Amino acid sequence: MEVLLPRTLEEALAMKASTPEAVPIAGGTDLMVEINFDHARPEILIDLTRVAELASWRLDGDRLFVGAGMTYARLLRELPQMRALAEASRSVGSPQIRNRGTLGGNLGTASPAGDSLPVLAAHDAEVVLISAARGERSVPWDAFLVGVKRTSARPDELILGARWRALGGPQSFSKVGTRNAMVIAVVSLCFALDPEARTARVALGSVAPTVVRAPEAEAFLAAAFEDAGVWDDPGAPVPGGTVEAFAERVVAATRPIDDVRGSAAYRRHAVRVLAQRALRWAVGERATEAMVS
Amino acid sequence: MSTQLRERVRGVVGESAPRIDGVPKVKGTFAYGSDLWHERMLWGATLRSPHPHARIRRIEVGDAVAAPGVHAVLTADDVPGKKLYGLEFADTPVLAWDRVLYAGQPVAIVAAETPELARRAVARIVVEYEVLPAVTDMERALDPAAPKLHEWGNVLRHVRIEHGDPDAEAEVWVEGYYETAMQDQAPLGPEAGLAIPAEDGGVDLIVSTQWLHVDRQQIAPCLGLPEEKVRLTLAGVGGAFGSREDLHMQIHACLLALYTNRPVKMSYDRRESFLAHVHRHPSRIWMRTGASREGKLVNVRARLLIDGGAFASSSPAVIGNATTFAAGPYEVPNALIEGTAVYTNNPPCGAMRGFGAPQVCFAHEAQMDRLARELGIDPIELRLMNAVHTGSVLPTGQVVRGSAPVREVIELARSASLPPEPEPPPMRHPMTLPGGAGNVGRGEGLRRGVGFAVGYKNIAYSEGFDDFHQARVTLAAGPGGPVVEVHSAGVECGQGFSTVLAQVARTELGVDRVTLHAADTQLDSAGSTSASRQTLMGGGAVQLACAAVRQELFDRARSRVGVTGALSLADGWVLAEGVRAVEIADLLETPITATRTFHHRRTTPLDERGQGDVHVMFAFAAQRAVVEVDVELGLVRVVQVVSAIDAGRAINPQAVEGQSEGGTAQGLGLAVMEELQLRDGVIANASFTDYLIPTILDMPPVRTEIVEVPEPDVPFGAKGVGEHATIVSTAAIVAAIRDATGRELNRAPVRPDDVVGLRLPASSASWPPAPDVPGQEPLPAYHGVARGQSALTQSS
Repeated sequence: MEVLLPRTLEEALAMKASTPEAVPIAGGTDLMVEINFDHARPEILIDLTRVAELASWRLDGDRLFVGAGMTYARLLRELPQMRALAEASRSVGSPQIRNRGTLGGNLGTASPAGDSLPVLAAHDAEVVLISAARGERSVPWDAFLVGVKRTSARPDELILGARWRALGGPQSFSKVGTRNAMVIAVVSLCFALDPEARTARVALGSVAPTVVRAPEAEAFLAAAFEDAGVWDDPGAPVPGGTVEAFAERVVAATRPIDDVRGSAAYRRHAVRVLAQRALRWAVGERATEAMVS
Repeated sequence: MSTQLRERVRGVVGESAPRIDGVPKVKGTFAYGSDLWHERMLWGATLRSPHPHARIRRIEVGDAVAAPGVHAVLTADDVPGKKLYGLEFADTPVLAWDRVLYAGQPVAIVAAETPELARRAVARIVVEYEVLPAVTDMERALDPAAPKLHEWGNVLRHVRIEHGDPDAEAEVWVEGYYETAMQDQAPLGPEAGLAIPAEDGGVDLIVSTQWLHVDRQQIAPCLGLPEEKVRLTLAGVGGAFGSREDLHMQIHACLLALYTNRPVKMSYDRRESFLAHVHRHPSRIWMRTGASREGKLVNVRARLLIDGGAFASSSPAVIGNATTFAAGPYEVPNALIEGTAVYTNNPPCGAMRGFGAPQVCFAHEAQMDRLARELGIDPIELRLMNAVHTGSVLPTGQVVRGSAPVREVIELARSASLPPEPEPPPMRHPMTLPGGAGNVGRGEGLRRGVGFAVGYKNIAYSEGFDDFHQARVTLAAGPGGPVVEVHSAGVECGQGFSTVLAQVARTELGVDRVTLHAADTQLDSAGSTSASRQTLMGGGAVQLACAAVRQELFDRARSRVGVTGALSLADGWVLAEGVRAVEIADLLETPITATRTFHHRRTTPLDERGQGDVHVMFAFAAQRAVVEVDVELGLVRVVQVVSAIDAGRAINPQAVEGQSEGGTAQGLGLAVMEELQLRDGVIANASFTDYLIPTILDMPPVRTEIVEVPEPDVPFGAKGVGEHATIVSTAAIVAAIRDATGRELNRAPVRPDDVVGLRLPASSASWPPAPDVPGQEPLPAYHGVARGQSALTQSS
């Protein structure tokens, strides 16, 4: 096995252009497991850990860019105000894994159980790809994650990072597993309110071949908030039955399967519970903030 | 004056002496089996069957032999000696021929220059299988119409215990059905060893195992070598819990080493480790418990079924244990308890910490809670009312001769203070709630529950087995004073056994410095590091050898220095009538060596009614568990466990606490997460990604209460403590979840689906029929299958 060691993004892109079969590796928390189990046997690796351009983030106004090489430990430490992202980062593996694993790894692996992916989906994030030949291009998250462990990245491209507009409302990320830590999501859910745009966002992991949003549920909730005046008055009561009806619509967006981690029936059940809880937390937070201010 | 300043000998029996292997293990410098290395070594790899039941039509190795870096590709035809081995019965092929009986069974082995080349060569071996119908359900195995997996059928052993009047009527009956899943020992160190061919045509094997001599007894005949040409040395063992009682890579590495005349290392990866070792038996238990209105137990009727998988392993002894302990540590005047171990095409099951006791504890403790509810009696009072004590008669007719502080362990577990009521949800960090780092709740649907369990099991081997332990103790002069060297084939597998031996030697000889010789086959057997037996057996052997050394020391003191009167040893001195007479070091111009063998008291087999003095002695445990359950998501967090351990005497109290905590973790695992999931006989979660074991966020604080009522007639009055906590913690934790949720929960592990009501309780149409068997012995015994480990002990 050959390992290429670029020191700059330019070098990395040149290598990827000349050896498109080379597999990028950063933290290695997915890929090394594949190699150890002999499930993957790449001939050439490109080790991106020396490429400083990838391991950074920046906030321009409300536009956040997170480099693919940002580890979960750094996201937790440096971007705690991005609540859902921080909660998702904290739910990843063990301290060792959070020290190594990167956002770019979640994107590149494209597992429906990738912990950060529902957060990106809920924020309508763009994935920023880069190649030596064509420079940068941005792809909406759902055009990037096209199937179980399949992305639309081209062979000569590397993942530069992801970009999204930071939302002003309450948000949360929750992950259900049968262990209190170090567990792959049986289901995960990211919920966010965007009071500015008067929209709600809900994204789900481990319930379909890719991370999915629940657009009908989102539209239902936005309309229900509109009707009840909740967007304008965070203290306004949410009509009875809204939470349950929202959760049913979230469940309807799932296509779960039975596997060793959980049953399809339980996944639907847990999504229903998480959707209700996340909405109640968000409504409660806005109401509390309104009272305080 | 200088001698007056000599410190008292520290690290003796009763002290929490620091572990001999503690610092290197914590620092990462301890060498485990997977760290073994030889300059000229090759790497072995194994081809395993993908099918649970198939006929082997053809094995084509040509491509593999021609692959780069390959030195050997061996199949059953290449096994020079016996082609079958086994712990209790030789029913297991070294390499499969004709048929494979489980998915994961070894079919061929390869030696190559690197592990990758070996694995790739394995992938080039072509095996043509004819897939046969598989028996993957233990009740189906009893069906006369099911495919027969061995010539003697699918019944491995059926044990029937009849006690008192099994038809005795009771005023109140409760009936239940219980299931426990296949649990894995999940030792962190995978199976590994290094075989080195020797000039005498023999082989030296360095290996992670639990019993060197019974390994050798199985290895040598398959290699076609006399036992003395197969020499074993223990490699560092990264946990065992029963999984290393059966052979794994031992014969394979030796075959490859002898064939290639090169050292051969085999070291399994995690997936292969799951495939290659035996597991805890899944169980199904039907039980009716009858009592008087006042709560005195009158009759227990029980039917036990355990899935032994494809080969015998130690299943005959496990079902013997499970059946004899099925009524719990209670006085039961009448009983009919029948237990069957069956063969199936599932992966073989065998020894795991608790050895049949955790499964029956799960059932008998749920029955006691049911009975208490039915009678309107406090469940702990009900247990106290029926608890066995010294002099009680067990369902086997065996009288409990030794210490039996059942009331004490129950009272201690009961009376410990409960954890404080939790803070209201907004004050609590979500990390402390069920679901932990998943951030799933703010206290919604949170209920607390308390559960209790009492259990017991045997120490050392049973049913007439003489599992002796030999030790050699040498006392010699060293540059800084006298040094004791202790040599035994007893295996340290992480539990602290070697530290116990050092404590015994220090206590007996009054000498600080103890070195431990590597465990190997130069001495006679030490028996297995199993059955909570090595503190008793190894401690006993070292104590005997130390007594002989001490006698020689006294003889020297009398004859050379002329001391008189009653002699004793303390702090590096020989004392005469309690007064320092001569330094031990001054008597050691030549070393003193003694080799002694310790035997426990003899037991007897079960007679035709299942009666007998079958167990050496008993250890008891009680636990109270407090859980919090998120009843909406079905997630559980164990908040506190109080673990009361009957230690006889705590040789090393901190080590007892370690066993109590570790055993609780393993029992917690089976209670809420650990299950090898089979799909038509194939393990679907052979990885630590999907076979979940508890993390520190899943483990509650464990408060250990050590009960010390010395066992008579054994060294220091000490019982082993390796299994206590594991026996009871699954039962206690599931009982607590029942208390929190009000659900029946008759299957371990409890899944979120069970808690939220998506999955109904396990059910069974009816008690399975008792198979027609010639007697209490395992069926292979009636068919002349070669005996395993028992022959070893009888010949010695």
